[in-house]
Amino acid sequence: MELVSKSFVSYKIRKHEIPLNELPVGKKARIKMLSKNILPRRRLLDLGLIPNTIVKTERISPSGNPIAYNIRGAIIALRKEEIENVIVEILD
Amino acid sequence: MGLTSKSTGLSLLKNKYNIDKDDKDMIVIALAGNPNTGKSTLFNTLTGLNQHTGNWPGKTVCNAKGTFKYRDKEFLLVDLPGTYSLLANSVEEEIARDFICFENPDITIVITDATCLERNLNLVLQVMEITDRVIVCLNLMDEAKRKGISIDIEKLESRLGVPVIPTVARDNKGIDKLLETIYKMINGNIEANPYRLKYSDEIESIVEKIEPILEESLGSKYNTRWLALRLIDGDKAIFNSIDNILKENSV
Repeated sequence: MELVSKSFVSYKIRKHEIPLNELPVGKKARIKMLSKNILPRRRLLDLGLIPNTIVKTERISPSGNPIAYNIRGAIIALRKEEIENVIVEILD
Repeated sequence: MGLTSKSTGLSLLKNKYNIDKDDKDMIVIALAGNPNTGKSTLFNTLTGLNQHTGNWPGKTVCNAKGTFKYRDKEFLLVDLPGTYSLLANSVEEEIARDFICFENPDITIVITDATCLERNLNLVLQVMEITDRVIVCLNLMDEAKRKGISIDIEKLESRLGVPVIPTVARDNKGIDKLLETIYKMINGNIEANPYRLKYSDEIESIVEKIEPILEESLGSKYNTRWLALRLIDGDKAIFNSIDNILKENSV
């Protein structure tokens, strides 16, 4: 399975770190980094996905895309393509 | 030559934003805020039956404007589209941003959702970067209370440096205080001293270089510091907006 997309080969994914779209339902994670190359980076930052923010996967739509996350008190659904370059560290 | 509507920028207001500022004493208030924070509820509460909607030319997004009177003053309220940010990547954000930055509303009210205040403060800070005359409206206080959230309004006020008014727009609560604050701010009885973001020395030094150039070609009417920062951002939409101003000025 390919965990790292080509756009940020330079970032070494450590243990417990995964792309945000792979975070299972009900689990919490801390944002580690947003790839500089992703297009909607500014938009994701505006939505509250800032490094060190804690996010929780609330639910996954039947087709697996989009996925709803609890970000700083609001539930926001995001497309897989938008967040596969957001690296998070699983908590607990 | 007297002040023509072109020279005062009123024609732009009318052409671009479908706003007819027929009365020069009319005070323009912009309503900004994240989506679903109750902008339109507040808008309707303030304007009552006076509201009518208009279209932003060429855009599918609607804006609403309405008038209301408070004491001896008449106000024109503009309901901007809900956005999370002003660093435009959508049409709505661009409209909201251009209005606040280039139309110089007398007051900008930022409506925030008290139940998740943190995520709303992003927009508040961005608006405060553009204009000094900001009032933060903490809406949905009833829901926040139900969720067990309490907010230290005085502290928030002192940290932001602008008035913070708790409201429940749905139930008309806090509206009187909001009106009173607007009135005081117009009359200069409230001195807003908004918190200003400081960037790294490198960025600040570039801003210092760009600002005078912008001021020279655009005049002092606009917030050149903010425009300079956007230029550093490489924000393409702002290039167009500046281009438009330059064209307007040369006419």
